[in-house]
Amino acid sequence: MSQQANSTNSNDVIIRLQGLKRFYRVGVEEIHALDGVELEVRENEYIAVMGHSGSGKSTLMNVLGCLDRPSDGSYELDGDDVTQLSDAELASIRNERIGFVFQSFELLPQMNALKNVEMPLLYARNGWFGRSARAKGALERVGLGDRVKHRPNQLSGGEKQRVAIARALVCNPSILLADEPTGNLDSKTSENILELFDELHKQGQTIVMVTHERDVAQYAKRIIRMQDGRICSDLTKEQDEAKRQSGGDTSGKEKL
Amino acid sequence: MRRLLYAPLMFIQLVYQSVYLAISQIWANKTRSILTTIGIVIGVASVIAVIAALTGLKAKILSQVETFGNNSIIVQPRLPDMGPKRNLSWWDVRLRPNEFEGLLEHCPSIERFTRISEAGQQMVKYGEKAVQNAQVYGIEPAWHEIEHRAIVTGRGISVIDESRAVCLIEPELRDKLGMDKDCIGESIRIGFRNFRIVGVIEKRSDLEIGGGGQERYEIIIPFETTRKFRQEFWVWAFAESKSPEVLDEGVAELKFFLRRGRHLDPDEPDTFRVESLKSAIQTFNNIAIMVTLVAGGVVGISLLVGGVGIMNIMLVSISERTKEIGLRKAVGAKKSAILTQFLVEAVILCFVGGLVGLGVGKFLTLAIAHSHALLAKTYIPAWAVVLSFAFAGTVGICFGMFPAIKAARLDPIEALRHE
Repeated sequence: MSQQANSTNSNDVIIRLQGLKRFYRVGVEEIHALDGVELEVRENEYIAVMGHSGSGKSTLMNVLGCLDRPSDGSYELDGDDVTQLSDAELASIRNERIGFVFQSFELLPQMNALKNVEMPLLYARNGWFGRSARAKGALERVGLGDRVKHRPNQLSGGEKQRVAIARALVCNPSILLADEPTGNLDSKTSENILELFDELHKQGQTIVMVTHERDVAQYAKRIIRMQDGRICSDLTKEQDEAKRQSGGDTSGKEKL
Repeated sequence: MRRLLYAPLMFIQLVYQSVYLAISQIWANKTRSILTTIGIVIGVASVIAVIAALTGLKAKILSQVETFGNNSIIVQPRLPDMGPKRNLSWWDVRLRPNEFEGLLEHCPSIERFTRISEAGQQMVKYGEKAVQNAQVYGIEPAWHEIEHRAIVTGRGISVIDESRAVCLIEPELRDKLGMDKDCIGESIRIGFRNFRIVGVIEKRSDLEIGGGGQERYEIIIPFETTRKFRQEFWVWAFAESKSPEVLDEGVAELKFFLRRGRHLDPDEPDTFRVESLKSAIQTFNNIAIMVTLVAGGVVGISLLVGGVGIMNIMLVSISERTKEIGLRKAVGAKKSAILTQFLVEAVILCFVGGLVGLGVGKFLTLAIAHSHALLAKTYIPAWAVVLSFAFAGTVGICFGMFPAIKAARLDPIEALRHE
């Protein structure tokens, strides 16, 4: 009950990060991959995370995706604090609430598209029955209703990524995390995939996408720039555009 | 509450999908899987074959005891292992027909005994028909009471036969020679002499140790008649104690009697062997246990090698599929799911090996059963099948555990980045 009150208070916040830190030890040196990230993601937002390599955007994705645990700070997902959860509970969260899309698709070559999409349902608490219908539904949602029986090596790059997106959507996740989803695709195909994201966003899907290409980021509604493990700019697409027009580079220090 | 309801369903689902994944993985790497399981196949096949052979041998020996009875004692010549007599030839220590004179008076625990002579293999003729290899034995009337072989028609050898040229034949020989069912009184030629058939005796239910051929006929003649074939011949004896309780006394008395007859000094070893069938079985059982232990050791080693093979291939498989494991974890596979998947894969590999091993073992068993009459009763007992599968499963679990734990512990981020 208190959670409900909490979420209505915070106006449909799906993700809330407070003072999030992630350190790595490499020998004697301590690397601050994330150094105090504050972020709120609301329902049906479409966010692009930008930054140079080493800026901490990949670590942020890993923490958001519950693949990694923060060293410090809090992370609330759908109102639940996930920093205290066990490995098994995190696995359930990844399964039920998060959909991953990777740069290199990560489809299993020995399985056809349907089986690939079904895979998360195998690990879902109530995914056993009717899983092939659900997987088929997800494939139709990404426009691959006619490619169900094809294996990854019989699909084009764009189609592979669509299968991967269908796999991410099949458990109806709260949030879709895409890590450079167009990094391995040519520009025409990239456009198709980004249009698909657009459409999913219109259907109400919350999306967080990591990219280092400005053109790709333009599809998002909110653009976050990272530097040295911190968020250095968090603006709407229009604000970001305006700022880039006026100030050139966007390495300003303004925060949320 | 809902969680409680889901738990068994989740478990069944986990096992089912693990089996499904494992089989598809094994199928995808057929050659590798076959090579991997060879160790297990050999292990299981040898367990099956050894157990089957020993079981068959035991069944055979026990069935032989039934024809002789529990009180039977066998007397044979033997070369001593030590002492000056160890350099003698077998012929020197042979039992002589007159050595047994007065035996019953001196051995109060012995109920009866019979000398048995070997007249060797003889050619048997009846009219135009001939059989080359009939084994001719000479016996005394007490033989019929010691060895329980039924007389089909006619009568057995009796006291009145003494050294007359009469014989008992087996029904198979009678048929082979083309004689009537009732052949009593017919005359056949054994070697160069004519013998009258006085009875038909049923075939020995099992061939004695050492007998091999399928076509083997026995002809029984009176003991003294053996002299018609040769002056000197091999002799051994069967005796029966008065009751099972005095069996050991009977053996001791027989030994004492024979030693005295042979004038052996107290410190000299026996030049003969007196052994109750019971103790022979005991000896066999001990040998069987030894063989089982040795075979068990060999099988254990081959299963160990097979297990290491399985472990190796599972480790290779895991490092090849690191990315897949990372992905599965990313989409929500728990540690337990990954562990189960790889453990089930190892166990299924072992079971497949066990199944093939069972087939090979069955084949070996058939080969063994046909190799020697003594092993004709060789069969695979059900418990051996269960045992070998239990072995295979245990090997799978033991050697699959380490790779499976390794897979389950993989960090999803690292695993996904793995090339």
